[in-house]
Amino acid sequence: MSPRPRPGDARAASIDQLLAAKEIAITCGSGGVGKTTTAAAAAAMAAVRHGGKVLVVTVDPARRLADALGLSGIGNQERQVPPDAFAEAGVKPRGELWAAMLDTKQSWDALVHRHAPDKETEARILDNPLYQNISSRFVQSHDYIAMERLYELHSAADYDLIVVDTPPTRNAIDFLEAPQRMSDFFSSRLLRWLIAPYRSRLVNMASRPFYQVADRILGSQFLEDIAEFFILFQTMYEGFVERARSVSRLLRDRRTTFLVISTLEASPLHEAEFFIDALNERRLHLGAVVLNRVLPDYLLDEQGTRVAEAMERSAGDIAGQLGAGAGETASVERVLAEIAASFLNFQVVAQREAEQRAELAVSPEVIATVPLFDTDIADMSGLLRLGESIWG
Amino acid sequence: MVDLLDRRLLFVSGKGGVGKTTVAAALALLAADHGKRTLVCEIDAKGDLAASYECDRLRYAPREVHPRLWAMSMDTEESLREYLSLNLRIPMVGRIGPLARAFEFVATAAPGVKEILTVGKLAYDVRERRYDLVVVDASATGHIVGQLAAPQAINTLVKVGLVRQQTGWMLDILSDPAVTGLCIVATPEEMPVAETIDLAHRVREETTVDLAAVFVNRVLPELFTRAEEEVFDRLCEPETAGKLGAAAGGDAGPILAAARLAVTMRRTRSGHLERLRQAVDPSVPMLYLPYLFTRAHGQRALRQVAAALAAELGL
Repeated sequence: MSPRPRPGDARAASIDQLLAAKEIAITCGSGGVGKTTTAAAAAAMAAVRHGGKVLVVTVDPARRLADALGLSGIGNQERQVPPDAFAEAGVKPRGELWAAMLDTKQSWDALVHRHAPDKETEARILDNPLYQNISSRFVQSHDYIAMERLYELHSAADYDLIVVDTPPTRNAIDFLEAPQRMSDFFSSRLLRWLIAPYRSRLVNMASRPFYQVADRILGSQFLEDIAEFFILFQTMYEGFVERARSVSRLLRDRRTTFLVISTLEASPLHEAEFFIDALNERRLHLGAVVLNRVLPDYLLDEQGTRVAEAMERSAGDIAGQLGAGAGETASVERVLAEIAASFLNFQVVAQREAEQRAELAVSPEVIATVPLFDTDIADMSGLLRLGESIWG
Repeated sequence: MVDLLDRRLLFVSGKGGVGKTTVAAALALLAADHGKRTLVCEIDAKGDLAASYECDRLRYAPREVHPRLWAMSMDTEESLREYLSLNLRIPMVGRIGPLARAFEFVATAAPGVKEILTVGKLAYDVRERRYDLVVVDASATGHIVGQLAAPQAINTLVKVGLVRQQTGWMLDILSDPAVTGLCIVATPEEMPVAETIDLAHRVREETTVDLAAVFVNRVLPELFTRAEEEVFDRLCEPETAGKLGAAAGGDAGPILAAARLAVTMRRTRSGHLERLRQAVDPSVPMLYLPYLFTRAHGQRALRQVAAALAAELGL
């Protein structure tokens, strides 16, 4: 399962080196593993240490993280993270950190605006009920639009590094396939059937069974609506397909790298491994695996186990030896028993994590581990604290 | 309020990573143990449900994984096939290839089609009383509203045809709080709580489905009373910590550090939990499930969750 290094690729020894060498870093992993925070932390570190203009594109940041980045209430437009945010954290960045949110609907509208042949077609597309459904609800459209937006930002060449947080997908590889799927979709033979004049459909032998069934299930009016939608969309076909291909190429570009994020729980790890395989199969660049919220190493300490067991066993004796300085003997005894039991409990989880980690059969260029933080990351100093731990 | 397990169709959603599948699996297991013929259905086909029951990969055809408990994995193409054979009496065997491609295409273009086949299949099993209870390991918070509101979405898009005729009885089932309920799983952390509050709101505004319960998963134990916390603070002072280590035969540092971590995490989480309590309608039951300090996965872990769930439900 080890990735085949491509000719000319220098192996990075740390996330520091990796991000210094790349122009695009895409974070991916299953839901709830800390993708957004990790993307923001990596971007903030790059702005502080490497300088230049660094952009982080996030999908749905936690409210307080959005506040920290000055992102609250803004849409698609990139904004510079106020230098004050760094000053408050006691840091003077060498470069600038910019941030943008991904608004699917706005991005789709912009795409239509770009590719529509004229104002009238654009307006008719934007008004079409199917389009409105697709642009705001259709799940896979998030995946595509995230990659499309990345392409647009990269082409504009305003940033030295773009870190992209991917939307939560049902399946981690969905967004890798999205540009291809989108281009297949618009090139499909079925699309031609649908937009053929309605009468001729019934005499087309190839498409007849489909229409007979589809008519009975969905009703012909709905099929007409779909056809109308695609007739309009067809005017954008070439621009659209070409664009989807360019987006696909950008993902394969040597300036692009992927950061796979996981925790050491079974299910996210399983998905991370699946994702790493998918990257390798497609010869995409796996830059780093970031393991988030890892319990501290001291929990695995053998001496710690002995001390905790002694404390649990002889809590009363030890409380007596400590004397009145610590407090009333009975409550000291209870506290000792409680903290010893708690240590041993967390140790079980830490051991499980260590086993999971040992089983992680991959060799990315970099594996970074982020310790479990006992409070939420809600400001720049929190982000930089996380960033420091993965930096290398 | 209807007792949770007396409903007949329960959707279990929540932010990714909160233990949604485990809660759905435990809920179904508990119902089966209490004599209900139960179907549990995984929507996302990630294999987590099969891992919980330690059984082979689930398929569309339900398999009995435990007495009175059947498990399946949703597949909209299979659902379409079942639907067509029930409603059109078309022998589909030879046709499903091209039809499936055509269907995939229409479903891609028309949001709501896949969702209606998912919800429709499950509601059909409920309507036909094939099971006493259907538990759905449903989509995450971002996608569940689209599924639950699929009949309404289809009603606006499709004006005639068989699909349109089907939405009426589906809405009847989904809208009846005695029959259908949504369970949201959260952990006491910032984003899962925020998404739970947001989802509870959207479900009320955009669907007809009743919020049946909120599960708070992975609740950490409270280590100390306030007075004991003062004792703990004194134990952490270097001189006392040194004495403690000497008395216990080694460095007490890791034990004190681990306790500090546990206390701070619990405190951070209490804040989020409080926010959740404030935001959720007081008539909606909140059920608490403990953080599992275990190395077990699969059935053993599932049994522990089911036992905690039984205690919370007073069973």
